[in-house]
Amino acid sequence: MSMMNITIDGKTTQVPAGSMILDAAKQLDITIPTLCFLNLDVMKYNNMAASCRVCVVEVEGRRNLAPACATPVMDGMVVKTNTMRVLLARRTVLELLLSNHPKDCLVCAKSGECDLQELAENFGIRDISYPGVMSTFRKDISPSIIREMDKCVMCRRCETMCNEVQTCGVLSGVNRGFDAVVAPAFEMNLEDSACTNCGQCTQVCPVGALVEHDHTWKVIQALVDPELVTVVQTAPAVRSAIGEAFGMEPGQSFTGKMAASLRMLGFDHVFDTDFAADLTIMEEGSEFLDRLQKFLDGDKNVKLPIMTSCCPGWVKFFEHQFPELLEIPSTAKSPQQMFGAIAKSYYAELLGIPREKMVVVSVMPCLAKKYEASRPEFAVNGNPDVDIVISSRELGHLLKQMNIDLSKLPDEDFDNPLGFSTGAAPIFGNSGGVMEAALRTAYEVATGETLPSVEFEAVRTLTGVKTAEIQVGPHTLNVGVASGLGNARELLEMVKSGEKQFHVIEIMACPGGCIGGGGQPYHHGDMEILKKRNQVLYNEDAGKPQRKSHENPYIVELYEKYLGKPLSEKAHKLLHTHYFEREKM
Amino acid sequence: MSEKKQIRIATRNSGFIDPENIDSYIAAGGYLALAKCIEEMTPTQVIDEMKASGLRGRGGAGFPTGVKWGFAAGYKSDTKYVVCNADEGDPGAFMDRAILEGDPHSVLEAMAIGAYAIGGNKGTIYIRAEYPLAIKRLKIAIEQAEEKGVLGKGIFGSDFNFDLDIKYGAGAFVCGEETALINSMEGMRGEPYTKPPFPAESGYWSKPTIVNNVETLAAIPAIIVKGANWFNKIGSETTKGTKVFALAGKINNVGLIEVPMGITLREVIMDVGGGVAKGKEFKAVQTGGPSGGALTYKDLDVKIDYESLAACQSIMGSGGMIVMDEDDCMVAVSKFFLDFTMDETCGKCTPCRIGSKRIYETLDKITMGQGTMDDIENLKLLAVAIKDTALCGLGQTMPNPVLSTMRVFEDEYKAHVIDKKCPAGVCSSLLEFVVVDEKCVGCTLCAKICPVDCISGKVKEVHVIDQAACIKCGACLDKCKFDAIIKR
Repeated sequence: MSMMNITIDGKTTQVPAGSMILDAAKQLDITIPTLCFLNLDVMKYNNMAASCRVCVVEVEGRRNLAPACATPVMDGMVVKTNTMRVLLARRTVLELLLSNHPKDCLVCAKSGECDLQELAENFGIRDISYPGVMSTFRKDISPSIIREMDKCVMCRRCETMCNEVQTCGVLSGVNRGFDAVVAPAFEMNLEDSACTNCGQCTQVCPVGALVEHDHTWKVIQALVDPELVTVVQTAPAVRSAIGEAFGMEPGQSFTGKMAASLRMLGFDHVFDTDFAADLTIMEEGSEFLDRLQKFLDGDKNVKLPIMTSCCPGWVKFFEHQFPELLEIPSTAKSPQQMFGAIAKSYYAELLGIPREKMVVVSVMPCLAKKYEASRPEFAVNGNPDVDIVISSRELGHLLKQMNIDLSKLPDEDFDNPLGFSTGAAPIFGNSGGVMEAALRTAYEVATGETLPSVEFEAVRTLTGVKTAEIQVGPHTLNVGVASGLGNARELLEMVKSGEKQFHVIEIMACPGGCIGGGGQPYHHGDMEILKKRNQVLYNEDAGKPQRKSHENPYIVELYEKYLGKPLSEKAHKLLHTHYFEREKM
Repeated sequence: MSEKKQIRIATRNSGFIDPENIDSYIAAGGYLALAKCIEEMTPTQVIDEMKASGLRGRGGAGFPTGVKWGFAAGYKSDTKYVVCNADEGDPGAFMDRAILEGDPHSVLEAMAIGAYAIGGNKGTIYIRAEYPLAIKRLKIAIEQAEEKGVLGKGIFGSDFNFDLDIKYGAGAFVCGEETALINSMEGMRGEPYTKPPFPAESGYWSKPTIVNNVETLAAIPAIIVKGANWFNKIGSETTKGTKVFALAGKINNVGLIEVPMGITLREVIMDVGGGVAKGKEFKAVQTGGPSGGALTYKDLDVKIDYESLAACQSIMGSGGMIVMDEDDCMVAVSKFFLDFTMDETCGKCTPCRIGSKRIYETLDKITMGQGTMDDIENLKLLAVAIKDTALCGLGQTMPNPVLSTMRVFEDEYKAHVIDKKCPAGVCSSLLEFVVVDEKCVGCTLCAKICPVDCISGKVKEVHVIDQAACIKCGACLDKCKFDAIIKR
């Protein structure tokens, strides 16, 4: 590769052809402020809209200033990043942005995490030289996401995420001039669009224009009501990240402290979605083996591959984008919804209370889970199986509000019976984890033999699309794993065209799986955080005495006492669902 | 119009041939240039000829056409595109429309020459949908050219193929910017992207693409036939050939003219244009459309070429030329143009999206008599920062009307701010309509016509206008037969 010489602020370096001025500056430890620019290598995400103009620099021989993020280095280029001309320009651009940005930082969901706030602080901007009228867009509230476009800075990060990484095509630039904004087509409500609620847009939004639909107050209202029995479940990925909300280093397991914090909050029963993850494997794994057997027997009504259905973003994605494939995904509900269904039937009966007296709260790394819980098919006589869903970020806020510092808490265990899990459960939070968990059980059920090694390395990387051949008894299974909906689309197109025959496919809407979920503490572009969270969950698995779902004694007990066997009539009624065709746009 | 100072190259056939009949074009020497290129010249020779001619892009930026073609020729690709930019959007300008309506084949022929030169085989004319007659004639021209074999497969018996289609713009000014145009052609939102890569390397569908303006293209067959040395003898030192302008505003001869580059503004306005209308005093001329600048009496002897106009904070633009007289207020004129660009900016980059709004608001404030000296200072700073930071040509030139008028008419701005007066008597908020006591005969006509009944007075007595209630509509002034009402 040819190398380019570049001098920035008097310091010279060499960068490969195709590098941008910003890359060269980084190499020289020269900081150039940015706003719209964002590169997330593991997701193949690169937002180079060059629209904010905060990163402009002086390039010798060029008439106007150049955006450092999107200007390729030319050999012999001489750049200055801190001249008066540059500073004045950057300041003007910032003041212009602030002149059309609400100054309600005190009550903004992004306060303290906002890139624009940080820039304004760094530039020491104290008043705006160019005041004027401000945008007035309608606030758009979906079950998962709130859009407050008055705060939009047109960085287009969300658009790049929605179109290029997730290929949902929901968000794009609309209108002209001062009214230009990012919105769904015809400025329809997000709820009415093909939005999957994955929430990745909220992860990349530099300001408070796209944030989670906060439900923490509902949780407090439930907790203080003495009439109600409160049950909480926490998804696997939350424990890999919740400490980050308290300034703790990523890469540690926060499971025990999280359980303790939930008990301190006053939940009557501190349970774990991991329990339901084991249950999911029982149902989904059995469904797979059943379908595989029929398929191998030549039953033409049976279609393969079977696809996982744990992820509500993915479910809504295929309902919109691949309605012709509605029969392929597993009918098993997601762990969150299995938990809610079991809590409000089996466990409510154990407690001897009607389901209406029980409130099930989920803590999820995910924003789509909020929408999932609100789907009408997941309610009995209008009473939802899961009442309130809060994200990891919201749990952080809730704890701080209740004066609980997670970092200062001891490790505690979950309550039983719905808090016990095997090592197969926590890895649900990693892309490839559900596949691995399913293979562990399917192998042993199908062959009657003990697995030599429970770790399936081929599906453990952070790669977007993973394929592997796995030997289960006499059968070689083609498995496919995708995380990120664009990668999912790639895999599904292969299935549709018949290019490749898969037996099992696992899909998670968020790149990397739930550890990178839309409701997780903000990664601020640091992809190392995802790698650390990923490792936490594998460590958690390795540290468990049982590592296969069918070895979970409380699952065994649940089937013995209540459900009968996997795929029984009762199991079908409580633990399975169906899908709906939805419009493409 | 005075013909003496005009030379018609781009518009050589307009009005002389039947634009709906290819034979008429051929009889006027049409498609000779294409034949010459294919039969006698290599692509490299064509590009060299274009370079030698000195032809520069007539869309506004003035980039040398031959150099652009040379870049595109240098990239290897299975497909290369030639795009004709016919998204003419300057208010009052219609050079491209006149050429497309009067001589569509000259554009087709030039596009084929361009394709031959860069090694391309596909072309698209991006034309605004508001030009139905031009579209109709282009369609006829393409059909006839295909029938005659000067478009399509194996042109003039060679192995050179060239197919053309038409795409319609939806009326966005910014889509005249080449990267926005390419986005729009691909069905994307019409907004520019950062260059490099330039379209010559990666343009339409990420293939090497040359985007040339209608007027640029129209001149090319003439250059090929008559030779680069004929063309480069016309014009100024830096800018060769001719330019079509749309004269408009307060000038006696309005309409299209084609003059050699290097001609002075004075010659264009006073000779070709016949001087300022109604014997009024010349005040300024806006070149380059809404993103151009105002040139004044001081600049009348400036030679028209890209560099000289840029030196006066204006641009050549696509050829709009709006003449203003003593009755025009330069602050109001700036506001008028900013009103246009503020609506037409795509909204992608911060300086253009918010900056244009803030400039407009400040100008509005000044015309309302609410401006401060700080506003004038901030306006200058803002205008310079926008020019320095905006993403595309639209944003980079958008502050030109402000900067160029401030250059000469800063006093006029200050009069609005300090004296709260509009010297040209345009900004209604700063005007007073008053009765001249000595002239008023008390006829009561003014009181009767006043829509807000703010004029009082008895018959045959001096009338008085209630300034607080007056809406400054000017009806009384028009009605008074005795010149007893003045605005000041």
